[in-house]
Amino acid sequence: MKAKNKGAGTIKPKKYTFMQLLKRDWSLWMFCIPGIVLTFIFSYIPMYGVQIAFRKFNARAGIWGSEWVGMRYFVRFFESPYFGQTISNTLILSLYSLIVSFPIPIVLALMLNSFRHAKYRKVIQTVTYAPNFISTIVMCGMLILFLSPSVGIINNVIKMFGGEAVNFMAKKEYWRHLYVWSGVWQGMGWSSVIYFAALSGISPELHEAAKCDGATKFQLIRYIDLPSILPTATILLIMNCGSILSIGFEKAYALQNDLNLSVSEIISTYVYKVGLIDNNMSYSSAIGLFNTLVNMVMLIIVNTVSDKLSGNSLF
Amino acid sequence: MKKNDAVVQPKKIKRCKEDVIFDTILFIVLTLILIIVAYPLWWVIISSFSDPAAVSGGKVLWLPVGFTLKGYAEVFKDDSIVRSFLNSILYTVCGVLVNLAVTLPTAYALSRDKFSGKKIVTIFYVITMFFGGGLIPTYLVVRSFHLLNTMWALILPGCLSVYNMIVARTFFKSNISEELYEAAEIDGCTQGKFFFQIALPLSGAITAIMVLYYGVGHWNSYFSALIYLSDSQKFPLQLVLRRILITNEAALSQTAVTAEARAAMNAQKELIEVMKYSLIIISSVPVLVLYPFIQKHFVKGVMIGSVKG
Repeated sequence: MKAKNKGAGTIKPKKYTFMQLLKRDWSLWMFCIPGIVLTFIFSYIPMYGVQIAFRKFNARAGIWGSEWVGMRYFVRFFESPYFGQTISNTLILSLYSLIVSFPIPIVLALMLNSFRHAKYRKVIQTVTYAPNFISTIVMCGMLILFLSPSVGIINNVIKMFGGEAVNFMAKKEYWRHLYVWSGVWQGMGWSSVIYFAALSGISPELHEAAKCDGATKFQLIRYIDLPSILPTATILLIMNCGSILSIGFEKAYALQNDLNLSVSEIISTYVYKVGLIDNNMSYSSAIGLFNTLVNMVMLIIVNTVSDKLSGNSLF
Repeated sequence: MKKNDAVVQPKKIKRCKEDVIFDTILFIVLTLILIIVAYPLWWVIISSFSDPAAVSGGKVLWLPVGFTLKGYAEVFKDDSIVRSFLNSILYTVCGVLVNLAVTLPTAYALSRDKFSGKKIVTIFYVITMFFGGGLIPTYLVVRSFHLLNTMWALILPGCLSVYNMIVARTFFKSNISEELYEAAEIDGCTQGKFFFQIALPLSGAITAIMVLYYGVGHWNSYFSALIYLSDSQKFPLQLVLRRILITNEAALSQTAVTAEARAAMNAQKELIEVMKYSLIIISSVPVLVLYPFIQKHFVKGVMIGSVKG
């Protein structure tokens, strides 16, 4: 980095040509190089390599030498029984978790913001943030341990009241609730931080003025707090909708077992199994590409709608 | 903190009846939330110190019953856990160093208004946020670089998180002013020197935030290791945890014939349950120890990020 950087010393108020700019910003460009090279290799080459979805993968010939087969793998996916199952499982799971886990942090932030006891609020915040830092595996492990039919605390309590032990993990009707509500438990505190930050930016004079006019606390929330975090909420909602089909692999895979597979098999786990366990590279890439495209379309639709309705948009 | 309280509540205004009800409900609801979040965590902690029979008998509720460290002793008997713990430390430290080396310079360059590549480089990164090749094409690229089964497969593909980079860029933009550089430039300082000798020493806060964001990410993730590593000697902690906690391979499967053998097996089974709780605690120790520190900086990171999200 100590190289002589003559260009940087002579900034003149004139139009630069591209080469001159390059020369002037030489060292800043050098700062960007490692990131650009690595991102190019691990993000852009795979984007180009996604054409494997249209080829019949041949390990010896590699991506570029494999034979073109057009839309064969897409058609195979659309016709397979897994198409309906994985798509609907993914959609239900991610809509359910969006509907539940999107508003809860907002409510929590609003409550914390109008809470009178500052010290107690600090305690609540510290504790509710904590689960966010637990790894997915540990969280799922805790869930499985708590719900274990023989030694789990939940079933111990049920037995204590004379009930029958329930094997929650093996019952598919419970799976989605477990997935979504454990997510709420883990994420609600942390997701509320961004709203809490937005709320603490509200000028206290607004509240004072409203109080002088006799507003109750509930009215303060309804007419001052809520409107002021609406833009933040909209942006986050748009971003969530853009990833509606890419709900996380890690947790769904960790909570899967043979008995709940009919509700827990989502696109990302299916892509993993088809591609890396069954070694069907092209088919798996086709499913993955389809997933990405749906996400992009969703993002654009939601963004446009939100732009029209509220004027808040990502781009 | 005390100063703030004084500012927030200048004098006692008599609350109306609705507000009193509102405050009471708020207090109850928030306390409930606190209990719901805290109790499972607390329960894991007390169970890890309790007598195995009491835990599976459902006797442990508020405090450890029959304090013992058997569970912890059991954890350290398992070589694979200790080895994977060390592996995880190695991967996290190397991973974070690479992350910093890539993220901070990029963020700094993009925070300079005069930088001619600002727009194009930003677009270059934003595209990767919304479009990607997907699992298999990425896997094939990693394989073609012969990175399978090495720690670089866990480190290099995610070396720059665009979100973190934007947070760091926002920080540099508002904290390291262009004038500061211009002043240094007059004294003959180059951008490289300026970054390492002036900008970085002034950016302790953002460096801490990045270390924590990336560090916790590396420590907690298992997906890349699941895909790219096949040699169990190289497994990080989370994969071993997955084997023990999720796929339950530590459980005993042999059938016991005599009553004595059955009792011994039962005791062993209970011990394994407690060992799992101890394992959860041990695996969270690095994060737990840093938690107060982490929380402060994480929150700061969100604040910076939300300025220009």
